[in-house]
Amino acid sequence: MSSLRGQIRDFTHLRYKRRKLLSLFISFLLSLSALAAASCLISVFGYVIWKGLPHVNLDFLLSLPKPVGETGGGMFNAFLGTLLMVFLGSVVGIPWGILTGVYLSEYGRGKFAFLVRFSADMLASVPSIVVGLFIYVLIVKPMRGFSALAGAASLALIMIPIIARNTEELLKLVPNHLREAGLALGIPRWKVILRIVLRGSLGGITTGVMLAIARVAGETAPLLFTALNNRFLNLNPTQPMASLPVQIYTYAIAPFDEWNQQAWAGAFVLVIFVFVLNLGTRWLVKPTALGTRD
Amino acid sequence: MPDDILSVEGLCAWFGEHQALKSIDLNVASHSVTALIGPSGCGKSTFVRCLNRLHEEVPGASASGKVLLQGKNIYDANVDPVLIRRKVGMVFQKPNPFPALSVFDNVVAGLKLAGIRRKSVLKEVAEKSLRQAALWEEVKDKLDKAGTSLSGGQQQRLCIARALAVEPPILLMDEPTSALDPISTAKIEELVVQLKKDITIIMVTHNMQQAARISDRTAFFLLGELIEFGDTSSLFTVPKEKKTEQYITGKFG
Repeated sequence: MSSLRGQIRDFTHLRYKRRKLLSLFISFLLSLSALAAASCLISVFGYVIWKGLPHVNLDFLLSLPKPVGETGGGMFNAFLGTLLMVFLGSVVGIPWGILTGVYLSEYGRGKFAFLVRFSADMLASVPSIVVGLFIYVLIVKPMRGFSALAGAASLALIMIPIIARNTEELLKLVPNHLREAGLALGIPRWKVILRIVLRGSLGGITTGVMLAIARVAGETAPLLFTALNNRFLNLNPTQPMASLPVQIYTYAIAPFDEWNQQAWAGAFVLVIFVFVLNLGTRWLVKPTALGTRD
Repeated sequence: MPDDILSVEGLCAWFGEHQALKSIDLNVASHSVTALIGPSGCGKSTFVRCLNRLHEEVPGASASGKVLLQGKNIYDANVDPVLIRRKVGMVFQKPNPFPALSVFDNVVAGLKLAGIRRKSVLKEVAEKSLRQAALWEEVKDKLDKAGTSLSGGQQQRLCIARALAVEPPILLMDEPTSALDPISTAKIEELVVQLKKDITIIMVTHNMQQAARISDRTAFFLLGELIEFGDTSSLFTVPKEKKTEQYITGKFG
């Protein structure tokens, strides 16, 4: 006991100046790491703006790619393709992911839930190119062709585990006594989940969904094996479709200077899209005035 | 007794393998206040949670025995627990208004989610319930403010109003004042005595003075058993059981 006493006294008697210096040093280290992380983002952003912005113009945004050798042209087909495939993927992926999350948080118990949770975690960490290959075998081969549908399916498959686990974590934050308060009022469990639990965490779930959308909007690898690419404007989901990431990839590795510049411009648009989506989410989920509906 | 609104016969409850209640028999008269006392973990909370079938919502929990509510066993196989909970309301230890809902929406949550949408009906019920819970005067000008913006004591009365809005003949209260300051506690105690003319109240409390002040009958639980049950005045002055005497005089617990 007495030795413990002694240690405590030693610690408290650590000279104030020394403690202050140490604190300063650690604070400096922490700020430095934060700065390093932030400067990575800023430099990526700045570089993309520097290389890409000069080549963004109305022609680039609104016209289709020109044949090799001709100058001008744009990535309109890729913008539409990305929007369409992200939309189709979201239509499947968002409800599927949220429902899985609700199951895991509200109903899932025992071995089956463990298996689902484990699979979702594994699926979330599968390299996206493997997801593309999987959809290739599952959809592209039987359909005998690349298609936007297959592309959307691969995007959905990437979204589901992200949204499911995020939803689960958020619903678990809703204190159990709120569920009990609802049940004790004679409200059936499904209604308690829908109107009290889910509604209470709508903000967080929306954030998760938006981040998942932002994530898949920039996916290249899974689309290479599924939607392929298309130099023409195509809105038929059973046909190959262009997408911004794949177009950027194609143009970036091409031996033509103008294509490389267009790739930068495309990267700029993609970064802005993801950035706006992120900011928009934050704005949307900003604690709004708590209050009444109807 | 024909006047009993609730009679419990041989009620046992488990959490998995652990038996939390051992064959409890207890009758509750209509328009009375029954206090449940006993040390932590003695099963009094589990007991009230069996009376609205909330106990079974805990994973692994189960119950057996009979609970006759107005003569009908709520543990019969064909009884829907959701309907039981509309007849047996509950107020919890911690005030738990629904976040993101206004004061008004909190009070009428039970009705709204049961499908009642007429504004005039909801307004009427909200005012009536808030008056019953002695909260109307304090919140009538901020019905559209968030329920969670009220003080702790007001939140608890809001929860009482919310429970009363579905007009249950019985209200269970699980240590409703243990998270509140003395003034809020006094208000709730006063309220409980007031409410007696409308409904029947069963209240868990750790505060023996509180039980003595407001209850008609008191039940003493220990280790999952009902040790003694009788008129509050006699239980606190001339307890029949040695264990009761030891507990109320502070020998253990």
